[in-house]
Amino acid sequence: MEHNLYVNSSPHIKDVAKTSNIMFDVIIALIPATIISIYLYSYMAAIIIGVTVLSSVLFETLYNLLTKQKQTVGDFSAVVTGLLLALNLPPAASSIWLGVVGSLVAIIIVKMIFGGLGQNIFNPAIAARVFLTVAFSSQMTTWLSPGADAISTATPLALANNGVVTSNLDLFLGNIPGCIGETSALALLLGFGWLLIRRIITLDITVTYLLTVVIFSFIIGADPLFHVLSGGLLLGAIFMATDYTTSPMTRKGKIIYGVGLGVITMGIRVYGNLPEGVSFAILFMNILVPMINRTTLPKSFGGVKKKNA
Amino acid sequence: MKKGLKEFSKGIIRENPIFALVLGMCPTLAVTTSAENGVGMGIAATVVLLGSNIVISLLRKVIPDKVRIPAYITVIAGFVTIIQLILKAYFTDLDKALGIFIPLIVVNCIILARAEMYASKNNVGYSILDALGMGVGFTAALVLIGGIREILGSGTIFGIDVSFGVIPQATLFILPAGGFLVLGLLMAAYNKFTKNKKQVVDCASCPIQCYNAEQGEKS
Repeated sequence: MEHNLYVNSSPHIKDVAKTSNIMFDVIIALIPATIISIYLYSYMAAIIIGVTVLSSVLFETLYNLLTKQKQTVGDFSAVVTGLLLALNLPPAASSIWLGVVGSLVAIIIVKMIFGGLGQNIFNPAIAARVFLTVAFSSQMTTWLSPGADAISTATPLALANNGVVTSNLDLFLGNIPGCIGETSALALLLGFGWLLIRRIITLDITVTYLLTVVIFSFIIGADPLFHVLSGGLLLGAIFMATDYTTSPMTRKGKIIYGVGLGVITMGIRVYGNLPEGVSFAILFMNILVPMINRTTLPKSFGGVKKKNA
Repeated sequence: MKKGLKEFSKGIIRENPIFALVLGMCPTLAVTTSAENGVGMGIAATVVLLGSNIVISLLRKVIPDKVRIPAYITVIAGFVTIIQLILKAYFTDLDKALGIFIPLIVVNCIILARAEMYASKNNVGYSILDALGMGVGFTAALVLIGGIREILGSGTIFGIDVSFGVIPQATLFILPAGGFLVLGLLMAAYNKFTKNKKQVVDCASCPIQCYNAEQGEKS
């Protein structure tokens, strides 16, 4: 984005980039993960995704109607928020109402009350996930193993804390217990490829985030590949940390942001009480984005006169 | 008479100590995990406020201006000690629930603010009405916040179960984060419906130091 911000004299070329087009590309990028989640958890995943997306759209429509504001639901951002939130829920029956409550928090409290898309200081889907994790911790940690027989079990990260190793191939393909959409690294990487080809996001945040996790796990002697593939790291690093509104604007800022995310995620995973720290890391770094933007602001051309001390 | 009524009623909505004056945030956030705690804290603060307003209003011509704050604190601390001993003697459970926040009423901004802003400038009658109005406003706000947090967080209201064993409880609301969340949303609603002055958005309130800000321009 920042490379396109040159202002020249006319004539100007008008770009087709609109909010709705960008959001549509994000939805396309999430399709592989959605398909795999429905394949792994059958109709339950489909119901959860459907209910969550629908309630997100509904809450945004209702909020705009009730507060008599311009209808913003057409920019598809509510669909993206709902879809991301649904992919962040565990595949149990309780996730159906968790999705509705989460959509309420994400759309009304995190996004609309702050002024709508572009004004929110937190990524709505991540903030709603953290809200649900803290508010309904038992329902948010009801993990089921993939397949029709649905046995409740622990996630690979929780198992690793007890010394049980999950194979990296299973982690890569998604044949592991976890949130609906976070398990399959392959599907998420396909979406990442699409976002890069369409130039929706740049490599900076995702790559620095993942690289920090790799270096951190290498230093402490853990398996770097396991840490990259497990938990919600890829989903978070590709789709949530790169949200335009809640990530830094400059390249230098994005690198600081990515490194911070990696260190906090690994800090929580290795030293914290919780098995997973991606959502808390993103939420925490969201708070720091205005500060990062301020410190990494490029100097304007021609230089700014120094203030007289 | 009319002025008296106005002095009483202003503390409830128009100058509500929590939502309008934004005073006493520490007990507001800390003790409102249930409606009952809200009532207890509200009444304790109201009694202290009433006592300190009366005494300070009576002594307003005696207290030298230079040492007025220490003098107010001494008066307030006296009343807090009385309340604390009464609670310890007769309301042990409430005393345990409110804990450190009872002695902390001494430094509660509402009480000091009313002493400084009101009781030291007005006669006893109006000071009593002011204290009662502020106390009722404070208590009402605490019960409202505490009630919402109790319903959502523990599924009860004043200890009575309202979840019918079906509605799941969002533990978040009895944790500190829930306090901030509920207070923030209530304050937003309060500002919306009382039509407080519009907030000015200018360079001073913008986090990004842009070219305009450095030039000192108003954008």
